[in-house]
Amino acid sequence: MGSRKKKTTERRNDGKGMQFRVVGTALRKVDATAKVTGATRFADDLFLPRMLYAKLLRSPHPHARITAIDASKARALPGVKAVLTGKDLPIPFGILPVSQDEHALALDKVRFVGDPVAAVAATTEEIATAALDLIDVKYEPLRAFPDAIDAVEHPDPAIHDYADAGNIHKLIDLEFGDVDAGFREADLVREDTFFFEGNTHLPMEQHAAAADWSPGGRLTVWSSTQTPHYVHRALAKVLELPAARIRVIACPNGGGFGGKSDPFSHEVVVAKLAMLTGRPIKITLTREEVFYCHRGRHPTLMWVKTGVKKDGAITGMHFKSLLDGGGYGSYGVASTYYTGALQTVTYPIPRYKFQGARAFTNKPPCGPKRGHGTPQPRFALEVHLDKLAEQLGMDPAELRLRHLVPPNSLTANWLRVGTMGLGRCIEKVVAGSEWKRRFKRLPYGQGIGLACSSYITGAGLPIYWNAMPHSGVQLKCDRGGGVTVFCGSTEIGQGSDSILAMIVAEVLGLDPLHIAIVTGDTDLTPVDLGSYSSRVTLMTGNAAIQAAERARDLIAPHVARKLEVPAERIAFADGRVFDVEQPEHGVAFAEAVQLAEAAEGTVGTVGSYTPPRSAGRYRGAGVGPSPAYSYSACVALVDVDPATGIVRVPKIWIAHDVGRVINAASVMGQIEGSVYMGLGEALMEEMAYRGNRNVVHKIPSLLEYKSPTTLEMCDVVTYVVEDPDPNGPFGAKECGQGPLLPVPPAVANAVYDAVGVRIDEVPITPEKVFKALRRKDKGEEPRFGPTRFPEIPWPEPTRVPPPWEGGDGTAAGQSVGRTLGRHA
Amino acid sequence: MGRRPDSRSVGRSDGMLRLPSFRYLRPTTLSEALRMKSDAGPEGTYVAGGTDLYPNMKRRQQEPKTVISLMGVPELKATVGTVLGAGLTLSELSVLQSFRRSYPAVVQAATLVSTPLLRNMGTLGGNLCLDTRCNYYDQTYEWRKAIDFCMKKDGHICWVAPSSPRCWAVTSSDIAPVMVALGAEYLLAGPAGERVVPAARFYNNDGINYLTKQPDEVLVEVRLPPPAARGAWDAVYHKLRRRGSFDFPVLGVAAWVRWEGEGEGDGDRVADARVVLGGVASWPQEIPEAATALRGSTLAPEAIAAAADAAYRPAKPMDNTDFDLSWRKQMTRVYVTRALTELAHRRSTTT
Amino acid sequence: MPDAKAKIALDVNGEPVEVAFAPHKTLLEVLREDLGLTGTKHGCELGECGTCTVLVDGTPVLSCLVLGLACAGRRVKTVEGMADGGLLHPLQEAFAELGAAQCGYCTPAFLLTADALLAGNPHPAREQIKEALAGNLCRCTGYIKIYEAVELAAARMRGEKAEPARETLYGQP
Repeated sequence: MGSRKKKTTERRNDGKGMQFRVVGTALRKVDATAKVTGATRFADDLFLPRMLYAKLLRSPHPHARITAIDASKARALPGVKAVLTGKDLPIPFGILPVSQDEHALALDKVRFVGDPVAAVAATTEEIATAALDLIDVKYEPLRAFPDAIDAVEHPDPAIHDYADAGNIHKLIDLEFGDVDAGFREADLVREDTFFFEGNTHLPMEQHAAAADWSPGGRLTVWSSTQTPHYVHRALAKVLELPAARIRVIACPNGGGFGGKSDPFSHEVVVAKLAMLTGRPIKITLTREEVFYCHRGRHPTLMWVKTGVKKDGAITGMHFKSLLDGGGYGSYGVASTYYTGALQTVTYPIPRYKFQGARAFTNKPPCGPKRGHGTPQPRFALEVHLDKLAEQLGMDPAELRLRHLVPPNSLTANWLRVGTMGLGRCIEKVVAGSEWKRRFKRLPYGQGIGLACSSYITGAGLPIYWNAMPHSGVQLKCDRGGGVTVFCGSTEIGQGSDSILAMIVAEVLGLDPLHIAIVTGDTDLTPVDLGSYSSRVTLMTGNAAIQAAERARDLIAPHVARKLEVPAERIAFADGRVFDVEQPEHGVAFAEAVQLAEAAEGTVGTVGSYTPPRSAGRYRGAGVGPSPAYSYSACVALVDVDPATGIVRVPKIWIAHDVGRVINAASVMGQIEGSVYMGLGEALMEEMAYRGNRNVVHKIPSLLEYKSPTTLEMCDVVTYVVEDPDPNGPFGAKECGQGPLLPVPPAVANAVYDAVGVRIDEVPITPEKVFKALRRKDKGEEPRFGPTRFPEIPWPEPTRVPPPWEGGDGTAAGQSVGRTLGRHA
Repeated sequence: MGRRPDSRSVGRSDGMLRLPSFRYLRPTTLSEALRMKSDAGPEGTYVAGGTDLYPNMKRRQQEPKTVISLMGVPELKATVGTVLGAGLTLSELSVLQSFRRSYPAVVQAATLVSTPLLRNMGTLGGNLCLDTRCNYYDQTYEWRKAIDFCMKKDGHICWVAPSSPRCWAVTSSDIAPVMVALGAEYLLAGPAGERVVPAARFYNNDGINYLTKQPDEVLVEVRLPPPAARGAWDAVYHKLRRRGSFDFPVLGVAAWVRWEGEGEGDGDRVADARVVLGGVASWPQEIPEAATALRGSTLAPEAIAAAADAAYRPAKPMDNTDFDLSWRKQMTRVYVTRALTELAHRRSTTT
Repeated sequence: MPDAKAKIALDVNGEPVEVAFAPHKTLLEVLREDLGLTGTKHGCELGECGTCTVLVDGTPVLSCLVLGLACAGRRVKTVEGMADGGLLHPLQEAFAELGAAQCGYCTPAFLLTADALLAGNPHPAREQIKEALAGNLCRCTGYIKIYEAVELAAARMRGEKAEPARETLYGQP
């Protein structure tokens, strides 16, 4: 640990005049020691005296009405303490205010195999499991919908009693300028259809939650959740308890990736069971049940039409997506918007039309997985561009480099781009991979492909409408010189606790080891909305800077008084507070706190962060705006075995514009981990169901859901590009999701370079490559992918003039009332 | 059937898949093991490494009342000359220097089984007796209940082929095809004494009754043919699966050839051959037509192509493993070609 | 009476332990529930992920598929037994230093598998590390920081004064 200490006292000059001691170093994470010694307490590691164990009975039907439930035999089993069914928890909940369509236990209907129906609390898990078998549920099966096209084409029976049309949960039609005029201006117009199969987060830790009800009437819930604040709200709503009497503690997550971002049935159920039994209780899901929680990547069918000039400049784009949502809303409305939102932030698109639809189907609900709604369209767009480049006779890297969205600009859909380091990213991977020497020049079977992407650094708007900050930090300065940071953020392995320590240490000139971190506890910490949408570093970081600067401002005058110098000359560094003009003239930080405390009382400050107002003001403009966009470029090298279609990826070069590095080791880890997950999605991961066998999940296990092992993972060459963004803390942007996005299209483009077939579908499995190669041999179109996009009853489009056509970001000629009339 | 309450509380517990309760016995001699099994009757079962049985028990695919561990039985570890004890772990087997030299195909197959951790636990005998697999069967009790179970456990239908009178679960052993190809023999010990069966006769093409072994019998050892004197014979094993570890074979190709010559293999024509496929049927499927195509050949590309074609035709993968079944069938041709080509290549580089 | 608790004696992390439990419990369950050693994690309980790896007599095995009873008289090492008093094991040190533990859930299993690897091969090549760790799944790291940490720890255990490469922590220039 000595070496780390030394590092933090070195100044790091970023070449632009800013100097840092802590920011930008590779700090051992604050929780690293606990994690390597097994001391970290995950939710399932909690054992409380007299603890009971809960299990959920799940539906064996994909779509059915519940006609009767008899739990009397289960209740009579020795050791069973309580049994719950839907009527015990009749209030619906859901992550989005517009999709309050879930019940902790099915009330009258089940919507997928695995939908929770009843719950048991017992003295052992084995008794609870046995009791499930004694619950008699009578079902009246209904026609089930195994995929989105089926659901679009058949409105009856409706899976939900609310939807934009039949079984179409959500319909979106947005138009930014006249795309047809754009196509008329183009030298080349091309249409493509793509499909991105659903896949899941697969955190190594199975979801778990525990609850305790104190006789005084206070409820505590521990959970493996990324969003304690939303769990808090859902519990208050469903349990009809004042939020002030509920404490939600987010345990460190053993991996999240978006899969622990919804309030879940099992969290509500253990809370209710704790209240009923008066005993602490825990539930841990089996791996199979984790597949039923899902909320993963939506299977998405996409159609894109783009017009380009001879030099590759885009004149217009029309993009359609159809998402297979599964049985419930979850984040799906936002996911649907996201499949159309970020196309515009990489290459200028002067006119843009997006139509998106999300269907309900009888499968576990889809939701936000790393990249939330954007990896699918990014795959489509980047492969589509590769095809356009080929038709134009342009190098695809060159095409992209020539047409980059300028920094500090507005896009057609009114997204405000700040710093934009994509050009530098492309240059890095092109040089590193020797792109120019390799592209189109490798022997048959080997190929190289390039793709780019961008992702949000936090959403501009909160999930439920409110005017409050998105993130809050409280700081307590102890007279012993320690500082405690309280923040509602949730450590899911991404290193968010460490970011807080580093930022506060930077501002107050302290050793990060002297900073204590308290996070993810609704009793103790100010609200942070949660670990999703790559928002945490930017939002908690800005809140932490504000709190720490306020602490500095609070302490400095008292030190100034003692040193008899003006307060403006007071600096904080190396654990001391001193006169910048005579650095030896100063006091230890602890003494500085004591001076302030003697004069002012207890030393504490708060900081908070609210994203800047977004430019778009049309209905739907809430999804896409972000304080800052990260950028990534990726080159993949592939080996394709033409006899089998098996694709191996030996190496990936990835460059990521992170704005500013806070913790270098964490940035590297996030980028490499994103490449890993992108590679799994590109090659093998998929949620597979048996549509003809009761829509059961085909492979709900870690053996058959294929997660790449060490032997599939490629070498990764990482370039970290720093283009500090004024909205980020010290300029930082996200790095935990964006680098996933370019991997699947880069692999697809490389497969084409290797063997001349287009795989317009993810995952790129050997069967698909093999079939495309067969078609090529027969002189047919050398391609595997979808060929049709179904007819969808699109609504009247919301027409929003792009910024360069005037206007103020509102929809033209449409009253707000008319657009609000739909379920949004 | 199904789950029974365990009324005897075990103190604190976690959320996890658990074993049903059973009696665990640890004999220290083979005869003690046989006696325990015969006492336990049909509800008793043997276990070696546990990597096949215990997951199945946790999913309630098998629910023995008595589990008899063979890991303490020294007779199963005896490994001398051409004999491999069935109780060797796959890791132990793969580091046996003499076998690595003499039987590289056996060691190759063993090192391709699952993961390094599971090879530290799983045994040769366990892999040779591996339960047939099917992704309608290798599921939890709750999952199987949602499809009203299947013929292999608790149900009446084979979902892979609903009109079929028999179960189509597939052999998923990597080593069994090699043993059949080599013409190895298994020593079985049972209440009535010992018997030796050729590997090929140890397996049935039936997903439920996939072994000819009687439940009371123990697979004690594997007797390999004498090592190939001066290249008299050679064998290879090729495995197809999604990932380089964890995954069972969706296709395994074991190929064996004996070269002409007076027992010294100095001829350049194939005197005899065996091609055996794993992962495409309920048993390691020997393809006699492939052998016919190879006999008398020099393993030239035409003969290999004929053998691969012969293997392709009868291979009948079903929709119950990873990958698309038509692609798996296509791959039979590719993998048989590659296995035989490797043999031809080795021949040309060693003579 | 098949479920009467059975009592065994074994060595856990260098200390003799006696523990009684229902005879069908796995080593994983005994460690977590009866010995309170929750550092050993679980991800599937079916031998499909490697998360519950511990060392039995020095060999890495999956504790979810080993019966507790089968461990009578044997030496079991869990992540709690890796540090030497307050001093982290070089593998733990390197994992912490490089961020090879992100969420940390699979980390105990990787540490123990790597521990066994280095015990038998003090100078493993990258490919040997990949092979040895091929039975452990990680969803966070892409394994790269794990390989680098194993290599760093191995060098230090050989007595070399190894420091992480600049590219490991900061990327390519």
